[in-house]
Amino acid sequence: MSNQTTVEDFLKIREVSIMRIKDAKEKSDQKVVGIYCTFCPQELVLAAGAIPVGLCGTKEEPIAKAEEHLPRNLCPLIKSSYGFAVSDTCPFFHFSDVIIGETTCDGKKKMFELMKDLKPVYVMQLPHLNRTQASMDMWIDELRNLKSFLEEHLETEITNEAIWKAIDIVNRETAAAKAVCDLNKMDPPPLSGLDLLTVTWSRGFSTDKEEVTAMLDNLRRQHAAGTAASGARKPRVLLTGCPVGLGTEKVIRIVSEAGGNVVAMENCTGYKTLELQTSTEFDDPIVALAHKYISIPCSCMSPNTYRMELLERMIDDFKVDAVIDLTWQACHTYNIEAYEVSKLVKSKGLPHLHLESDYSQSDVESIKVRVEALLEMVNQ
Amino acid sequence: MISIGLDIGSVAAKGVLLQEGQQHLMIIPTGWSPRQAGEQLIDSLLQRAGYPVKDVHNITVTGYGRVALNNGARTVTEIKCHARGVAALYPQVRTIIDIGGQDSKAIQIDSRGRVIDFVMNDKCAAGTGRFLQVTANALGLDVSELSDGEKPEQAVDINSMCTVFAESEIIGLLAQGVDKGGIIAGLHRSVARKVAAMVKRLGIVGEVAFTGGVAMNRGIKRALEQELGCTVIVPEMCQYTGALGAALIGSEG
Repeated sequence: MSNQTTVEDFLKIREVSIMRIKDAKEKSDQKVVGIYCTFCPQELVLAAGAIPVGLCGTKEEPIAKAEEHLPRNLCPLIKSSYGFAVSDTCPFFHFSDVIIGETTCDGKKKMFELMKDLKPVYVMQLPHLNRTQASMDMWIDELRNLKSFLEEHLETEITNEAIWKAIDIVNRETAAAKAVCDLNKMDPPPLSGLDLLTVTWSRGFSTDKEEVTAMLDNLRRQHAAGTAASGARKPRVLLTGCPVGLGTEKVIRIVSEAGGNVVAMENCTGYKTLELQTSTEFDDPIVALAHKYISIPCSCMSPNTYRMELLERMIDDFKVDAVIDLTWQACHTYNIEAYEVSKLVKSKGLPHLHLESDYSQSDVESIKVRVEALLEMVNQ
Repeated sequence: MISIGLDIGSVAAKGVLLQEGQQHLMIIPTGWSPRQAGEQLIDSLLQRAGYPVKDVHNITVTGYGRVALNNGARTVTEIKCHARGVAALYPQVRTIIDIGGQDSKAIQIDSRGRVIDFVMNDKCAAGTGRFLQVTANALGLDVSELSDGEKPEQAVDINSMCTVFAESEIIGLLAQGVDKGGIIAGLHRSVARKVAAMVKRLGIVGEVAFTGGVAMNRGIKRALEQELGCTVIVPEMCQYTGALGAALIGSEG
């Protein structure tokens, strides 16, 4: 492929992947595994010779359909995810042979029970403590069970050698994605907030990890020299909180319209997992994977100290002027952690804004006022 | 040099014209067109000050209708404008509570009137002027009559946070023969509790000012003081602090 990669190329990944998967399924019965969360070890899926695709719902459209089965007062991410599945309007869900869920929250845990009527679903039991031997043993056991589930349903054997190979591929892809995000430590940031989201979110739809790694490397090289400053310096905003994808980028858009820049995202589509590399020092690749995945600083972990450490470091490294913490309606864990986040941000002497919203556009005007007021605080 | 500040809210549009130490105030209903309301305010204020329209370029607009004016006027958020306006009137105030027609907010400011932190109500009419308007209606009263009609010593609990359910709850209480004055006091306490919870998220620092149209209601002021455990200052021009702040920001260039 060419050495030039643009953000638009990342935007095309989704469409290209749908066509490739359709072809591969028709021609060679290519196996596809739908995953919902960064806690899912994609390496096991790759080692099984299957394509892992991200299914996490980031669009408003299927929510009405989901509400025929699910309560209204539930997080929009769960409703969107389930709505796509039950209405069969997501091609990636449609092509998935099996689904891997996880118990990151009560809402998802119970939603996956309903999803079992649609496809075979494996729900990983995730411990909420990541520091005791008992929870680590349980998590390792869970990954072994997942491996058996994949082997059985995909009718294949997952060898240790194949897992190590996949670990290497995913480690390199993660490092490449981190390097792209790190470009925005420069001032002015080479990538706009929407560019950053497009790249980090779209990479999850790629059918070819090596290819997307090369694209990320290209993009980084092209922007390595940074961009020249033009006009007034724009306030640099760090976005943290619940997952954001294309379709739910309203806060990023509003920041940009109000004259700011989201330079970094701590969310799980962004930086949350990017520092984490699977260690190759272990004898058993499953144990190595377990150590990496249990470290993800999701608010479902208790305590979740690494998130605060990561946020503090990102505030410094990305030289941010303000922090926006976005909670999707009914996400209790992120909503409660917002208090800790606000204390941290204020202790760094920065303005902070906590928003509670959903996937609809109904609160755009009220979010605008808050974001504009935040940026005024930076400029005063 | 004159400076006009407009605060176009969901219910009322407020204007302040500053002219060499002089100050002209005007308030009109926003109606269905925030743009028309803004233009009308500008014309009327200038007329009052004796200026022809074409001479004025210094207009600063805030409030939910701030973008509707569309005449090149500078827009500033109501958070910053209320901070600036209150700081000019009461330099000792560090906490501002503003309750308007469709939202309520608490703002913390420093000694120079700069915003340190703020919170606003979520997507809900509870704790806003709208809540009072709807519930006053259920009592057959105008919102301006609530304050005089309340009987704080007979306050009943209004448990519904949702405006629509609160209206049904009031109809139920009236059917049971509960005194109107007690219901009104209950409504005031309900608004004060909702807003006080928001203010306490910020923490109460220094003296507290209470602004917005709802601040004219003495019952809410009393209930707020009770919930917060401190006195609150209601500026004489409590509806105009946002517009005043806008005019001051405009005059500073």
